[in-house]
Amino acid sequence: MLLSVENLKVFFHSDGAVSRAVDGVSYEIRKGETVCLVGESGCGKTVSVLAILGLIPQPPGEIPGGKIFFKGKNLLDLDEEELQKIRGKEISMIFQEPMTSLNPVFTIGDQIEEAITTHDTVEGAEAHRRTIELLADVGIASPEERMKDYPHNLSGGQRQRVMIAMALACKPDLVIADEPTTALDVTIQDQILHLFRELKEKRHMALLYITHNLGVVAEIADRIHVMYAGIFAEVGTVDQIFRNPCHPYTMGLLASLPSRARKGEGLYSIPGAVPDPAFKPQGCPFNPRCPYVQESCRRDFPEMCDFGDHHAARCPVIHKQRKAR
Amino acid sequence: MMGMDEKRGSAFPEGGVLETPKKTLFQENWSLFRKNRLAMAGLVIFVAFFIIALTGLFLTYGRNPYFNPALVRLQEKLRPPLSKPNLETLKPEEVPRLGIYLFGTDDLGRDVFSRMLQGSWVSLTVGFVAVSIAVVIGIFLGGIAGYYGHWRVLGLFSVDVLITGLIDIMLCFPSFFLILTVVALLPASIYNIMIVIGLTSWMGAARFVRAEFLSLRELDFVTAAKALGVSDWRIIFRHMVPNAMAPVLVSATIGIATAILTEAGLSFLGFGVPPPDATWGNILSNGKNFLFDAPWLTFIPGFAVLIVVLAFNLFGEGLRDVLNPKLKERH
Repeated sequence: MLLSVENLKVFFHSDGAVSRAVDGVSYEIRKGETVCLVGESGCGKTVSVLAILGLIPQPPGEIPGGKIFFKGKNLLDLDEEELQKIRGKEISMIFQEPMTSLNPVFTIGDQIEEAITTHDTVEGAEAHRRTIELLADVGIASPEERMKDYPHNLSGGQRQRVMIAMALACKPDLVIADEPTTALDVTIQDQILHLFRELKEKRHMALLYITHNLGVVAEIADRIHVMYAGIFAEVGTVDQIFRNPCHPYTMGLLASLPSRARKGEGLYSIPGAVPDPAFKPQGCPFNPRCPYVQESCRRDFPEMCDFGDHHAARCPVIHKQRKAR
Repeated sequence: MMGMDEKRGSAFPEGGVLETPKKTLFQENWSLFRKNRLAMAGLVIFVAFFIIALTGLFLTYGRNPYFNPALVRLQEKLRPPLSKPNLETLKPEEVPRLGIYLFGTDDLGRDVFSRMLQGSWVSLTVGFVAVSIAVVIGIFLGGIAGYYGHWRVLGLFSVDVLITGLIDIMLCFPSFFLILTVVALLPASIYNIMIVIGLTSWMGAARFVRAEFLSLRELDFVTAAKALGVSDWRIIFRHMVPNAMAPVLVSATIGIATAILTEAGLSFLGFGVPPPDATWGNILSNGKNFLFDAPWLTFIPGFAVLIVVLAFNLFGEGLRDVLNPKLKERH
């Protein structure tokens, strides 16, 4: 087991209110595996991975509970100095906005070289050589010239490739990608996804991929965690989630995908909106929007129900229905 | 990567097609700056002043300088500008190098041109050293306030409150009188003046850096650098400071003008550089006693200060227009 997150909670305090951004999530990532976190904006996806790297600003953030084991060490127990040695070296992260994730005043070569020299004591020439290699690895043509470019000389896709090169600079075991293709147009998205798949095979790294795009998930994931309002609604493989969704939220997400079969009809959308993380409804957080809602949903927080073969969903109602069948 | 190219076809060579015209940030800003005539005039005077001050240092420095600013010729006192020396009463080594008194002579018959040359170096160094001190302090304090703002000291105040409080307190002092007091207590020396001016004028830079840092620290590249394991100090001084330099650069340019003015003011009041070394301020101060007999003694250093200060201000404002992305669209 490379990474195992146990009952992680991340709260934010603001104006007396407590936002329960992440409210007890548990998951595991094995070596070389791709795990996807899927969910709407504001459901706590990004916060839950920032916590892994110790990047939650405290205050206003707080991690009141949970453990994050990486190679046997609890990352939440480490001090800043020990975390710095892990960041970028063993776990690295790619951010959503390639436009703002690169420092505008340095050449991309400088920035990749810094990523290398931060953790490895190598000579300038060696760092230079590795930078060129990395840029070639992520598919940037004529890397030797490109590395003298500033971020504003590059297109969005190229910048995201540079970000990926920086994340890979120290050969990490786990790469966290926070919606790396969201800001890119569809053709570039496809190229970047292929790049991820290829790099993953080549380097045997694990990938924790965050997205709200189910199409992306289907292409890349081994396991999927569907997140809603700070908790996991459903957990399973791509097949399980897409062919046999067991949580009303997952069903809603899949139904709202555009499809050729329903050409000309309006798109389905889940009624209502994501609850304010400071004022979540009692019981199941999805109950105000759920078509299967029952009295118990408004009262009791739902348990994770097993649907067999490591497929689980937090919905006792559907669980009962399926069992009755 | 090769595998991917084969599979996906090399019809989309990333980077090959999307060639953007290469124009560095500097070239871009320069072409904008050139359109601003006043700022260009400021820059030209700035460069000229720099060259004059440097040559002035070499030509007036040492025991036997090319232009001797301290040479007293009592029989030639208060000669107007462009007047010819009386060769009969002067020893050969006392004859001015240019053959005429370009800017006239003062009450001791010293060549005002030589003294202005010497003074220009003083003004230049005071301006640059004082502002360098101010900028270094400002970046340091502003950076800490902006980056570590929410940290608490002794559980009472945040770092941000402490530093902004210090800035506000420093701004409350009428700084010229503060400088005057400190200089009066310290031994008269040009270095003390530089340091004191520097120590009392860092607040602007600190405020600018703090403000820039407040917005910069929320940007992804700072989080990205943190996620790469880069240390806080390196993030502050290598990643964020270069991004926060634009307003600091502008305020520094204008700050140089202020420092030159302050030094001239101090010298005028007699707290500046001790004689016999000349500065524009003490030439002016000396000349006010002969305002009606020898007006050039006040007008020449006065104009020099005016022009240099104006040039720095124009240059600084031009710089601000160029570096401000919101104003850029207007050009």
